[in-house]
Amino acid sequence: MSAITDQGLAGLRDGFRAGDFSAREVAEAFNAAVVSAKPLNAFIIETPDHAIAAAEAADRARAAGELLPLSGIPLGIKDLFCTAGYQTTAASGMLEGFVPTYESTVTAKLFAAGAGMLGKLNLDQFAMGSSNETSAFGNVISPWRRNDGGNAPLAPGGSSGGSSSAIAARIVPAATGTDTGGSIRQPAAFTGIAGIKPTYGRCSRFGIVAFASSLDQAGAMAQDVRDSAILLEAMSGFDPKDSTSLDVSVPRWEENLSSDLRGKKVGIPKEYRVDNMPAEIDALWQQGIAWLRDAGAEIVDVSLPHTRYALPTYYIIAPAEASSNLARYDGVRYGLRDLPDGANLQDMYAATRAAGFGPEVKRRILIGTYVLSAGFYDAYYTKAQKVRALIARDFEEAFKQVDVLLTPTAPSAAFALGEKSADPLEMYLNDVFTVPASLAGVPAMSVPAGLDGQGLPLGLQIIGRPLDEQGVLNAGLAIEQRAGFAARPQNWWAK
Amino acid sequence: MSSYRIQGATGEWEVVIGLEVHAQVVSNAKLFSGASAVFGAEPNQNVSLIDAAMPGMLPVPNEECIRQAVKTGMAIGAQINRWSRFDRKNYFYADLPQGYQISQLYHPLVGEGTITIDADEKAGIKEAKTIGVERIHVEQDAGKLMHDQHPTRSYVDLNRSGVALMEIVSRPDMRSPAEAGAYLRKLRSILRYVGSCDGNMEEGSMRADVNVSVRKVGEPFGTRTETKNVNSVRFVMAAIETEANRQVDVLESGGKIVQETRLYDPDRNETRSMRSKEDAHDYRYFPDPDLLPLELSDAFIERCRAELPELPDAKRARYEGELGLSAYNAAVITSDVETARWFEALLDATGKTGPEVGKQASNWLISDLFGALNRLGKSIGESPVTPKQGAELLGLVADGTLSGTLSKQVFEIMLETGDDPTKIVEERGLKQTSDTGAIEKVIADVMAANADKVAEYRSGKDKLFGFFVGQTMKAMGGKANPGVVNDLLKKALG
Repeated sequence: MSAITDQGLAGLRDGFRAGDFSAREVAEAFNAAVVSAKPLNAFIIETPDHAIAAAEAADRARAAGELLPLSGIPLGIKDLFCTAGYQTTAASGMLEGFVPTYESTVTAKLFAAGAGMLGKLNLDQFAMGSSNETSAFGNVISPWRRNDGGNAPLAPGGSSGGSSSAIAARIVPAATGTDTGGSIRQPAAFTGIAGIKPTYGRCSRFGIVAFASSLDQAGAMAQDVRDSAILLEAMSGFDPKDSTSLDVSVPRWEENLSSDLRGKKVGIPKEYRVDNMPAEIDALWQQGIAWLRDAGAEIVDVSLPHTRYALPTYYIIAPAEASSNLARYDGVRYGLRDLPDGANLQDMYAATRAAGFGPEVKRRILIGTYVLSAGFYDAYYTKAQKVRALIARDFEEAFKQVDVLLTPTAPSAAFALGEKSADPLEMYLNDVFTVPASLAGVPAMSVPAGLDGQGLPLGLQIIGRPLDEQGVLNAGLAIEQRAGFAARPQNWWAK
Repeated sequence: MSSYRIQGATGEWEVVIGLEVHAQVVSNAKLFSGASAVFGAEPNQNVSLIDAAMPGMLPVPNEECIRQAVKTGMAIGAQINRWSRFDRKNYFYADLPQGYQISQLYHPLVGEGTITIDADEKAGIKEAKTIGVERIHVEQDAGKLMHDQHPTRSYVDLNRSGVALMEIVSRPDMRSPAEAGAYLRKLRSILRYVGSCDGNMEEGSMRADVNVSVRKVGEPFGTRTETKNVNSVRFVMAAIETEANRQVDVLESGGKIVQETRLYDPDRNETRSMRSKEDAHDYRYFPDPDLLPLELSDAFIERCRAELPELPDAKRARYEGELGLSAYNAAVITSDVETARWFEALLDATGKTGPEVGKQASNWLISDLFGALNRLGKSIGESPVTPKQGAELLGLVADGTLSGTLSKQVFEIMLETGDDPTKIVEERGLKQTSDTGAIEKVIADVMAANADKVAEYRSGKDKLFGFFVGQTMKAMGGKANPGVVNDLLKKALG
């Protein structure tokens, strides 16, 4: 498409302010790009009217000299954020047709900052999945293809796969994501974009359909580090409507971006060198170490001894919370209701939940119900909470020695749709590098760092201290500048 | 020791009782939402997005509800836990929108405390007894299902969904229905003093789950049953009695008590099984991840303590000591916070303190005012006479303006008209007279008209003195000061 849709968030903002184009032109260009990219199935609904209305307001604001931080910027919104007057589904049949009367705090902040909404982005159902294959609205397809000529449709990662796919395809300049165990970082890595999960509590969870409350955290996905910083700044902030929200001010991350890492220490956790990791990922990791050293950082080997328990811990805690969080979808007040003839209340629950939830959601509800049940609670849930505390302590100890940690984001590049969906455990293994930071609640981001032998993007992950998103962004910027990642998927979808 | 026993075919059985009382917290808003917690609104008028468990909604604790529970804990001398936590109790029901109740299983807000019940010979409670309270935790109430609105459908009213409850769990320390009744009444009295629960069992703002078991004296505890949601003191006592007798019958006929949940049917005065332990829910309790642990600051705890009013036991001791009230009067007046407040307002309005006015005021309140209110079917809060008016009346008696008889007459007029006693006395000329000249004149007339009786009296028939008093008072329209009449009559009759 036009040059407009090639622009990232900062470029659009600055170009709009400079008068290079109107906000309306921007909105129309992206609306058109969205329409052209239907084969990606990145959106559950498109909301061009919202984008246009915000653009018109931005143009008026520019004329009046009253620009807001995101005036003129249209965004993609993951369909886990409740949007007043616009269907919100969590990619589940359970919520098909559900139109909230209320706005999530994060989207309210974005809209109050002048942004518009291009549409609600597809995701794994209730954010449970690593490939977008669990969506009730069909899987999102990555714009990337292997260079083997096979044209196998690839997974955009998950759960924020609509967000990652849409940004990589340049049909949205940036998008919101949510990350429970890697749902921003892994799809970012799979599609060659940047994505940051801030410290747990930075972004309000109010109005975000809950998956696992103690882990869910909204974050920013964008073309690059600067755009991620701009978007995250607009999403963050204390919210009295979320008891777990952090009452701290939001730093000026964009303004303080610096790739000069002199005086900084970067930890390399040895436990992240896992069996069967592709050599090219290991090589990229070594390359990342070299880049950060080049940026002035001192490299330190560190140990996070409980890393190997992170994945099983996560897959106890997250389903446990989910099994309870999803109990409200019962067919009584909203969403799907399946009421067979002569059914009593129990029958209605069973029929509604059988029809409304997909297989992966059911699997996690069952796992969660099991680990919380009498007789198993201590062996699973209590133990998992103890291990979680140990994992958090690992990070605390490491951050006494270093400022940030560098790891690969995912153990592989994007896989083909259907390749891993038969074996849930294999799918869960995709989260092995992202889950520990989620359990510890610390900020982490993925930046695109290179391509594998098949021409697919690979990401590196930077993990930081609690509330030190700046340190994470700065290290990400240092990598980004040295990686010079410019690869783009070929446009095969717009015919 | 309670002497309450059930006489079975195999001997005497002792009853062991524990109560779990759910008390609705007095607060403007619900426990985790800003919706109104006021009783009596149209269905689903007091429901926020949080109470309806809409997607993405989050609970935020209401400090006022926590304050009320902490003060209640302090009022029963309980340990206040500076660190407590909310847990989710998971089960599906149409009146439970979240699919879980937010409660406190593992770390309650309030720990061990005690409630003392008084000796009550008539009820078989020989001496005052201390009942242990294991814990108080706060939790959400559920909504309510309405089955009578439609022939085939049930409707859901979520007004109560999310309203704050305190669950006050006693130790199994009670041994008779009377002790359980006394415990409930005392607890209700304390809650009303603190202002943390209105104690209205009819409106459902206080209900009890009754745990009952029986055993032969000296044996270990038997298996207990839990009778749910009993909603009056009388029903709690009746439920215990009937359930304990049922258990004795079962055991004596060779059966076993099943640990189960039961329901009390007041119409038939029987308990019925709801569900047994085998098909009991597995509630899958776990810490609510939407909420941080509840940590109380020293300042918060101090503020709660400072807000705590004088409690019934302390008040009663003060009334008996400083104010010289009889044990009976002190107990009656302090048992209900409204009565105690009325009494104190009455005392304040007299401008006096000490045993003299204390006795006078308490006697008047209990005999005259209570008598009148009883007759009128009114509570003390609805009294047609204000404490200030009552004090004025007591003052008129104390300064000799009104005799006892006159004061009762004036009080009746006050009840009817609502007028101040001074006004009534003036307008109707009901003032007592001590004018010796006027009285002497009347006495002279009475003696002249009854010369024969004067002679009889003087010849030793002392009993006739009352006759002269009566005649004199009658002639003076009841307004003569009886003391002055007595003195002057004695002098005149010689």
